[in-house]
Amino acid sequence: MDALTAAAAAARDWHGRLLALLASGSGDIPAAEDALADAYEAAVRTWPERGVPGNPGGWLLTVARNRLRDRWRAAEVRRTVALDVERDAPAHLDDVDVDAVPDRRLELMLVCAHPAIDRAMHTPLILNTVLGFTAEQIGRAFSVPATTMATRLVRVKKRIRTTGIPFRIPDRDGLPPRMAAVLEAVYGAYVIDRTEALHLAGVLAALVPDDPEVHGLAALVQLSAARAGARTGVDGRFVPLGEQDPARWDRGLIARAHEHLRVAHGLGRLGRFQVEAAIQALHCSGAADARTLLDLHLILHALAPSLGGGVALAAVTAEAEGPAAGLALLDDLLAGAGEAGERFQPARATRAHLLDRLGRPAEATAEYDLAIALTRDDAEREHLRERRAVRRR
Amino acid sequence: MRYALMTHHFEPAEGELSDETLAAGRQAFDVYAKALHRAGVLLSADILFPTGSTTTVSRRDGTPRVQDGPFAETKEALAGVFLIDVPDLDAAIGWADKCPVVEWGSVEIRPVATSFLDGAWTH
Repeated sequence: MDALTAAAAAARDWHGRLLALLASGSGDIPAAEDALADAYEAAVRTWPERGVPGNPGGWLLTVARNRLRDRWRAAEVRRTVALDVERDAPAHLDDVDVDAVPDRRLELMLVCAHPAIDRAMHTPLILNTVLGFTAEQIGRAFSVPATTMATRLVRVKKRIRTTGIPFRIPDRDGLPPRMAAVLEAVYGAYVIDRTEALHLAGVLAALVPDDPEVHGLAALVQLSAARAGARTGVDGRFVPLGEQDPARWDRGLIARAHEHLRVAHGLGRLGRFQVEAAIQALHCSGAADARTLLDLHLILHALAPSLGGGVALAAVTAEAEGPAAGLALLDDLLAGAGEAGERFQPARATRAHLLDRLGRPAEATAEYDLAIALTRDDAEREHLRERRAVRRR
Repeated sequence: MRYALMTHHFEPAEGELSDETLAAGRQAFDVYAKALHRAGVLLSADILFPTGSTTTVSRRDGTPRVQDGPFAETKEALAGVFLIDVPDLDAAIGWADKCPVVEWGSVEIRPVATSFLDGAWTH
């Protein structure tokens, strides 16, 4: 690996961990980002000449810390947090052992998913700060112009500093509700970048090993990711779950997911992500019977009612009790969901399939049209077009 | 950090609340203020007269204007200000949540940007 590639890899691997450390003292994320950007720039400048340091993360941390310190001195900013010698003392470049430095990414994630932060910004903030995604990348994923996303990120980071949101793990009573928001945000990241969300879920499971829902989330993203490859056929077409070739599923990931589920079960507190993971595990087992699936979906809907969960419940109800029962449940759900239901692709696609199965071709066609217009994935859109073309007459 | 906890609620009409209710409210505020004081975080606690007692002063359009009543009528009115000094927002949220007003109104938390202390503005 040449020096520039090494610098890029170090920046990617270390970004979240270094940013969390640099920002946790002052709560000033933008200042930490500036210092880190300077460190990346210094790496690109010096590594090709002097060689890649043995500990790239430690090198970046030391340079960024020195930059932060220079900035504080220059601005004569009165620090509200006392200097922590343990954490802030200058260290000789070769002495830095980053693994001995505490990992504050959980604190950073708790800040990003704080109740005083607009919910819609939780996932974008985690993607940006912990994973180093740019405003442009995040904007694309959220269908928002890059400049708009950049403005929102700047505003919310300023809010974190001025309101004094602490980089601290709450006590035992306070932690579970705060963790729930972090898990939601990480799950939101899964839709945008599967690999990074897998990585984040793994980090969380290591940082909070005694939270069953953390293991549930890790299992869920692993099980979903295990089947991701099989979702696309050799010809690039979308392959629905029931028609997937189990030989193409990632057995290693599935085994790791089952290990997480065992740990979660041992901790004895059921939650939404564990049930969702159990549903996925059942799908992967090849022994998914409609009745058991329906029971799990009913538990899930009771634990965490959501539009997506409701649509899935309607789909499994159709399998267990027939398409008429499924459609009745779906229409009930949509009647209460208003405009959100109109624009929810899985709801439209499921409704189209159910109308199709009930032999109502005109309505099915109209519903397929709605679903196709809402589908962003090319392979899935093509799949819906085919279903529309071969619908029962 | 310094935070202002500002309580807001609907203003009861004259005589709308019974003496017992008012006494219970005063008792709750007494317990709350003493808890803040004991914790060493209270800088000041002020409960305001209702908005009917407001006088508004402005020179916005060039001429001095003194007006009977608030600048803008709102459904919930500012009713009290607790100034506290705590480490962070989570601590401020914890204290706001213990304020009796959350039972019948809401508490807004605003960080203090700067204060005039010992003859100078802090920064």
